[in-house]
Amino acid sequence: MSVPASELKAFRADVSAWLADNKPADPGFLLPQSFMEVGSEQQLDFLREWQHKLWSAGYLGMAWPKEYGGQGVAGAFQKVADQEMARHNVPICFNTIGLNWVGPMILDIGSDAERAKYLKGILSGEDIWCQGFSEPDHGSDLGSAQTRAVRDGDEYVVNGSKIWTTLGNFAKYMILLARTTPNTERKYDGLSFFLAPMQIPGVDAHPIRKITGEYGFNQMFFTDARIPADCMMGDEGDGWRIAMKTLEYERGVSAGQAGGLWMIRVLADDAISQLQGHTRDGEPVLADPMARDRLVQIIMEEKALQLGQKRAGISALTTDYPFSLPISGKYRGTEFTRRLRQLAVALQGGDGALYVGDEDVREGGFWQRAYFNAFSATIGGGTTQVQANIIGEHVLGLPK
Amino acid sequence: MTRSVVGSVAMDFSDEQAMLLDVAREFCRDKSPMDVVRANLETETGYDAAVWQEMIDLGWSGIALPESVGGSGLGVGAVVPVVEAMGRALLGTPLLNTTLAGQLLLRAGGTQAEPWLAKIAAGMPATVAHLESADWGSESCFATVDGNGVIDGKKCFVGDAGVAEIFVVVVSAAGKPALAIVTREQLAANAVQMNTLIDLTKRSGKVDFSGVTVAADAVITGANVVSALRDFRLLGALLVAAESGGAAASCLDTVVDYLKTRKQFGKLIGSYQALKHPTVDILCAVDNTRSFVYHAATLITDEPLSEDAEVACRMAKAQATDTIEYAGDRAVQFHGGIGFTWDCDAQLFIRRAQWVRQAFGDAIHHRKRLANSLLDQFL
Repeated sequence: MSVPASELKAFRADVSAWLADNKPADPGFLLPQSFMEVGSEQQLDFLREWQHKLWSAGYLGMAWPKEYGGQGVAGAFQKVADQEMARHNVPICFNTIGLNWVGPMILDIGSDAERAKYLKGILSGEDIWCQGFSEPDHGSDLGSAQTRAVRDGDEYVVNGSKIWTTLGNFAKYMILLARTTPNTERKYDGLSFFLAPMQIPGVDAHPIRKITGEYGFNQMFFTDARIPADCMMGDEGDGWRIAMKTLEYERGVSAGQAGGLWMIRVLADDAISQLQGHTRDGEPVLADPMARDRLVQIIMEEKALQLGQKRAGISALTTDYPFSLPISGKYRGTEFTRRLRQLAVALQGGDGALYVGDEDVREGGFWQRAYFNAFSATIGGGTTQVQANIIGEHVLGLPK
Repeated sequence: MTRSVVGSVAMDFSDEQAMLLDVAREFCRDKSPMDVVRANLETETGYDAAVWQEMIDLGWSGIALPESVGGSGLGVGAVVPVVEAMGRALLGTPLLNTTLAGQLLLRAGGTQAEPWLAKIAAGMPATVAHLESADWGSESCFATVDGNGVIDGKKCFVGDAGVAEIFVVVVSAAGKPALAIVTREQLAANAVQMNTLIDLTKRSGKVDFSGVTVAADAVITGANVVSALRDFRLLGALLVAAESGGAAASCLDTVVDYLKTRKQFGKLIGSYQALKHPTVDILCAVDNTRSFVYHAATLITDEPLSEDAEVACRMAKAQATDTIEYAGDRAVQFHGGIGFTWDCDAQLFIRRAQWVRQAFGDAIHHRKRLANSLLDQFL
């Protein structure tokens, strides 16, 4: 669906005006910088209300069908809405796993019954979703998952543990990758995929304290947890395929996400403006030749990412390795973010050693927190190093 | 109110550019396979005159020049895909320098330059003689032309000095920047001393213009000269970046081929992450170069370059330089012992990288100027 530019422009003005009117006031407590940092009930309530408000106004899931709570319009509208949310610096949309990974996956390959059951609750924020892929002994190596699901009548009995489970302590559902057949020839073939209820006996969430000092991740323990057999997506053994499909949405390779900010947006502009008025060697830090060189490099990195998105849409300029730009998006984008935030702290002089809670820390410790939080993206969803393998193997055709 | 440091992210690619890219890639692949590149390394001119003639017949010497002088009127943006394709095949020829000389004359000279532009469009090799030292950042000019049209001065790093028929010499006339147009037959015997370049696919030399007398209509003065010289340097940076981007892409292909075929310790070496991951970084750098190059190509017009275009050209060159330096360096290393030999193509790329780095300013040169454009607003 292509949308006339004039229509998008008018929409942009509408959503911008709405956001200006409805952006929540500072709640007076620390807000999560991404969906992976929701640590308290207080934060959860606040963000849930905000997501519900966004959805009620029609600015979430815009490209999803109306019958499932969407607006049934072109994805271009959601893109504009997301851009405006970033520009207005509004709070994040906490239910990202549902909105942007599970939802589009269910829309894509789920049954009508699954769509009817799950999609609307994702958009409204009523149903919180988490992802049960990584395990304590197998972070990025999903194929080796050992959590067992054993069929028993109309149920599967689940035992094992998942880790880095964002929102696991609040979630109603989990996309669960579990082994239904041990000892298959290919380890991938023994995996199955469940849309599993979480608020049942035998499921325990243990919050994990992170490098920021805050919470948001959990280790999940399954002890004879019984989940209905009809929670399985596809058939036994389809787990790997469905998990990979989900990762396409998580990594932004496929479109169809419901939208909303999943992480606060920090750009080179922000890193530069926070340095204004500060000195290095007695001169403005922004006049320091070495600092300037590093800042120009980071600006170029940001610009190259944006230009890459443009070029990805020009097929005559992507003939060498047609998928290199989309497939490398996570690799490049998350590493850029980490480097930018690191640089922002590095150029603070002594203040770079302060942290959240110190009365002199800049912007409440925003940059230090933001730098540490950047690792959640360079590690989660397949580490940078795994991404490099994927790009090497799938784009360049290098051997495994 | 400051503007976003990222600024313009415009990128358009016309059907004409796409067609030129297709044609040029096929042409260069066809005319410049590696054995031909190698055969040309130690020849006097560095290229095959018949291939250059074919390029002229295809209209490439006049792509960027107006139709009024026999060109195609497509602007420098349309030369970019051609030069990129040449870089990919390490194909020499005077096209890059001839194009730049044409741009400098066009931008500085207006109608006065038309007779020269017509010759350039028709395929007469031309070059710009501007540097007087190894310092690409210096804007001082000691070469002069006096009231009688007599030039005094030497220039260095004059591209294609051995074959150029037209030399656009940057001089000062009565203390103001000017261009003197010198033809090959006006040069004294032994006026040209060719360099031994690190990149054997390139040619340049020192040229002594002292004593050459040019007619009044061969001296271009006036207000446009200064902005034309600025644009010339930026366009030079862009075209070298485009050519270098093509070469880096080709270098990447060479590395990938080797990583897919060479076995050590019982495994294809491309399976080792110590080689795989840096190769992915070469890919990303090649991608970034291409994005900057075509972004800049989008912003170039025949008018004096905008501030956005300046930023784009500088970023393209800064990125292209770092990219090919890394790609060429790693190409040698990843080929192991064979990479250290003359017969391995990695040497062509590492040598190209050393040439690219300095041409029209290295990465630090451009980042320093980008910092002025982008960061001074925050001071």
